[in-house]
Amino acid sequence: MNYIAIKMLMGDKGKYIGIIMGLTFASLIMTQQPATFVGLMSRSYSFISDLGLPDIWVMDAKVQFVDDIKPLQDTELYRVRGISGVEWAMPLYKGLIKARLTDGTFQTCNVIGLDDATLIGGPPTMLEGKLEDLRRSDSVIVDIDGATEKLGKPSPIAGEKTIPLKVGDNLELNDRRAIVVGIAKSTRTFQSQPVVYTTYSRAKNYAPKERKLLSFILLKAKPGQDLHELTLRIKQNTGLAAYTQDEFKELTYQYFMHNTGIPINFGISIALGFIVGAAIAGQTFYNFTLDNIRQFGVLKAMGTSNLTLLRMILLQAILVGSIGYGLGVGLTALFGYATRHTILAFKFPWQLLVFSGAGVSIICIFAALISIFKVFRLEPAIVFKG
Amino acid sequence: MSLAVRCQNLTKTYDTGGQIVTALNGINLDIPMGELMMLVGPSGCGKTTLISVIAGILDQDSGLCELFGENLQQFSNKEKLQFRAQNIGFVFQTFNLLPALNAAENVAIPLIINGMNRHLAERKAIELLTQVGLAERWTSLPSQLSGGQQQRVAIARALIHNPRLIVCDEPTSALDHETGLNVMHLLKSVALQKDRSLVIVTHDARIFEFADQVAVMDDGHIIDVKDSALRT
Repeated sequence: MNYIAIKMLMGDKGKYIGIIMGLTFASLIMTQQPATFVGLMSRSYSFISDLGLPDIWVMDAKVQFVDDIKPLQDTELYRVRGISGVEWAMPLYKGLIKARLTDGTFQTCNVIGLDDATLIGGPPTMLEGKLEDLRRSDSVIVDIDGATEKLGKPSPIAGEKTIPLKVGDNLELNDRRAIVVGIAKSTRTFQSQPVVYTTYSRAKNYAPKERKLLSFILLKAKPGQDLHELTLRIKQNTGLAAYTQDEFKELTYQYFMHNTGIPINFGISIALGFIVGAAIAGQTFYNFTLDNIRQFGVLKAMGTSNLTLLRMILLQAILVGSIGYGLGVGLTALFGYATRHTILAFKFPWQLLVFSGAGVSIICIFAALISIFKVFRLEPAIVFKG
Repeated sequence: MSLAVRCQNLTKTYDTGGQIVTALNGINLDIPMGELMMLVGPSGCGKTTLISVIAGILDQDSGLCELFGENLQQFSNKEKLQFRAQNIGFVFQTFNLLPALNAAENVAIPLIINGMNRHLAERKAIELLTQVGLAERWTSLPSQLSGGQQQRVAIARALIHNPRLIVCDEPTSALDHETGLNVMHLLKSVALQKDRSLVIVTHDARIFEFADQVAVMDDGHIIDVKDSALRT
């Protein structure tokens, strides 16, 4: 009977494609929108992820997320270094500084100042030049996306793309000269500003004059040291906030979740996709059953049990659900692949496959249930009506 | 003479939005084994309700309806389905072939319902289609067949599982005269056997000659049962 169910389903190609399209659309919306959402949210803490080396981030107790900089005095660094269980602790500057481009326009950059001696906190991947080149005078390393897009030089030919910034080019950061000595690859941040790496001392020169300029203290725990205990010890001894890398990511993520409209906006899109997908697929599947009601009646008259008809309808629902889900997920993956080098945010973890799979399953079960209900109540005597 | 169907004082009413309509009103009818019985009468006289009860797809309100000595009302739903699947074949006015299945697949359905492997069932279906003159058309979809060919496929479907009763609802009304006669010849020659009976509901007086008995119905009653003397 499974073969008959499949042939019945595929017999009416128009309706079959309609059901598949509805489910594909629902599956696409239920994966593409969350993938964009996850991509966007992961950008909120991408800077923390890129700095893989430190175990713990120390900062002002009032900091709410990674871009909420509340600078510390440099002396805090020495206090942290004195706490037992700390292998090493390094300063990190992070701040927004305006860069003046060659055509006279200004671009706000995310300037990262690394410890002069160790250069801990540098970009995850160097594309051109070396991290050590930061030891040369006035040197900076620029991330590839910033160098290509926002810090690029205008083309002399009108309408042409900007000319990417390259090693050897100059910038002005807060009226001070900066020479590009390297191009790095770093994960895009939430605001997608160009990231400029330099040394801690040089970053302080670029930054507007303030009494406190130390943004974060990055530290490594001694081997075997319990990180949670160490964060508590730092808090007790210094009054500063200390988070493990995962805790700091979570803090930043939660800030964006609770203080921006992003989750609600994406939630509405996903809910709408689900409702529209369920309505299209459910309605089309139900219509398909209604159109075939006489055929189900014939099968019932010939001695097919309700259980067998239930299995047939469920098989049809599972089949269209699987195809629609596969196509939707495939289109989402294609979308992600096509936009991988663009400014668009996209992250597609396995949990989203489970989420959309559950969503499509609910739609199919709903569509199958209303159809099954109709077929169960069907009087086989319908077959004798002209 | 053994009976295929025995109906005694059969009644059936329908509630049509608060109005009670009596479709069968004390029907008494015997259909002997190996005979072709035609049910005739005006529209709405209860013919279709009667064959639905006889075929076990509708329950009567009162009275007795026995098929081959079995009272289906005493059967559970599962037993009734199994009995129907094994003992009854159907031929419908509008053929009711599944449009997505080819002729052989349509014919094989009763065997598949009875648990036979699909490939074996289709092989048997092709053999039977050959008997009804459709050897070359077993791969055709219903939409690719003429009305007469579709009805022949439907007859093959009704016969494939070797049922003891074949119930036909207006088998010739959608066909022209010549095709209708061909279908009746086929039914009489291939379907009717000593251990198998046919019940045919029809308005078509041109086919009365094929009947062994004709039961005339009106207003839920059998008003007359005539034997072959009625044949023209």
